[in-house]
Amino acid sequence: MVSNQVDISRFDEQSLVELVNHEHETPDKAICIPSRTREVALKAGLAFLLTLAMAFIALPVVALFLKSPLETILRSLYDPMVLDALRLSLSTSTLTTIVVVVMGTPIAYVSARFHYFGKEIADSLIDLPVIMPPAVAGIALLMAFGRMGIVGHYLSAFGISIAFTTLAVIIAQVFVSSPFYIRQARTSFEDVDLAFENAARTLGASRVYTFFHVILPIAMNGLISGAIMAFARSLGEFGATIMFAGNFQGRTQTMPLAIYTAMQGDLDVSLCLSIILVAISFVVIIIVKTMTRRVIKRC
Amino acid sequence: MLEIDIKKRLRDFDLRFQLDIARGKTLMLVGDNGCGKTTLLNLVAGLDRPDKGRIALDGRVLYDSDNGTNVPPEARGIGYVFQSYALFPHMSVYDNVAFGLRTRRMAAGEIKIRVQEHLEAAGLWEIRTAKAADISGGQKQRTALARALIIEPRLLLLDEPLSALDVRKQATMRKELRETIRACAVPCIIVTHDLRDVACMGDQACLLEQGMIAQHAGAEEVLNWGLCTDSISNR
Repeated sequence: MVSNQVDISRFDEQSLVELVNHEHETPDKAICIPSRTREVALKAGLAFLLTLAMAFIALPVVALFLKSPLETILRSLYDPMVLDALRLSLSTSTLTTIVVVVMGTPIAYVSARFHYFGKEIADSLIDLPVIMPPAVAGIALLMAFGRMGIVGHYLSAFGISIAFTTLAVIIAQVFVSSPFYIRQARTSFEDVDLAFENAARTLGASRVYTFFHVILPIAMNGLISGAIMAFARSLGEFGATIMFAGNFQGRTQTMPLAIYTAMQGDLDVSLCLSIILVAISFVVIIIVKTMTRRVIKRC
Repeated sequence: MLEIDIKKRLRDFDLRFQLDIARGKTLMLVGDNGCGKTTLLNLVAGLDRPDKGRIALDGRVLYDSDNGTNVPPEARGIGYVFQSYALFPHMSVYDNVAFGLRTRRMAAGEIKIRVQEHLEAAGLWEIRTAKAADISGGQKQRTALARALIIEPRLLLLDEPLSALDVRKQATMRKELRETIRACAVPCIIVTHDLRDVACMGDQACLLEQGMIAQHAGAEEVLNWGLCTDSISNR
């Protein structure tokens, strides 16, 4: 009898607990169903937007590849216009990147570490070419270094002409691409803890030794990704170049200019050059992403 | 002998510090956060410039506002262990310790012998190829100390050398640190928040308040100042 009583009381206890749980679950479920629907709807909406955005960017790129048969591209690669543009673009962009890195690195370091009179103005001036329309940059360069420009006027007296030469292409590229490097380099230098610099100095390193052996290696990944961005910007430069350097095959006609010129005659050449530029852009993005990821991982 | 008599205007107050530390003696510097302890170390190391005053080490003037002397940090011969250790993350433990000798353009063979000696003494020889960013807190502390000691400094500055370690490691490292400092026999300034550090490693102690010396006595007397570890770190 005693054991039976115990069993009954256990049964009662269990059913009471189940009943309580059940009562608690019912209103929860009632609230959950609409909230789940809302969540699914939100996710579906976001997925649709993302797909739309991706399609908007991917479609023109895919169309570029679909509209250019491989045979035509390979044949166009031997076109003198393509070869000249490719050679000129790669050589001028490489030289531009070297100039930007050599001149931009000390500027970025000073901007990151020191406060001086007029720093805000200097920093704004460095960033200006990013916002300035490239065509305006081209006219501005022409007014400065053109034959009748404020500096070019004196240079032409010595028989030096800059406008409409390969040098003008490089100057235009340096003008528009330098902020891409300097901004990235400045951020990279700012991220280097001042304690590293101080530690190196107390260990007997001069400022120059500290810069080359401590600061530069720590900031290196950021500097490389900045240089790659500047290289890519130089490679795609169009407006300032056509205004300041003109459009002469083999001398000032870079790839974007050749695409524009070829569009009026041979579309295959345009497509071939475009595909080369797209491929380079992809490589640049992958390298920059890898570099940035490494920096984040190290931090 | 280290002689300090300096004045520096900070954002909220004036830092005024006048004290001499004899060879082989350790001064423990305690005080609130932002009372000027680290600034004082930076001024002595030459990383920051006083407004006025004089700093001399073993009779050699490092800074004198009267005659414009200001020896740059790289020429002061001071070993400085930073609070965060400031180990160069792109270098190995070996290269970190060798850095101070390389800046002195010492022969590669000589560098190798001396670095090995210091790394073995610090128990770091086995991990010499590891990147500084990948080693433990205790190993970082030993590496930072070995890097500061290998240049044979005439003064040691340590900014909260044990604060980045867990409590269990602190006790062991405190004893190690004391032995190493004693063996160097140079004047030493240690910034700390922990009164156990003062009692264990210090010869004299100084309480800094708003840039001024509020208390100065033998290290054993610190307990009579009515402070406790928590009260210092939370004040």
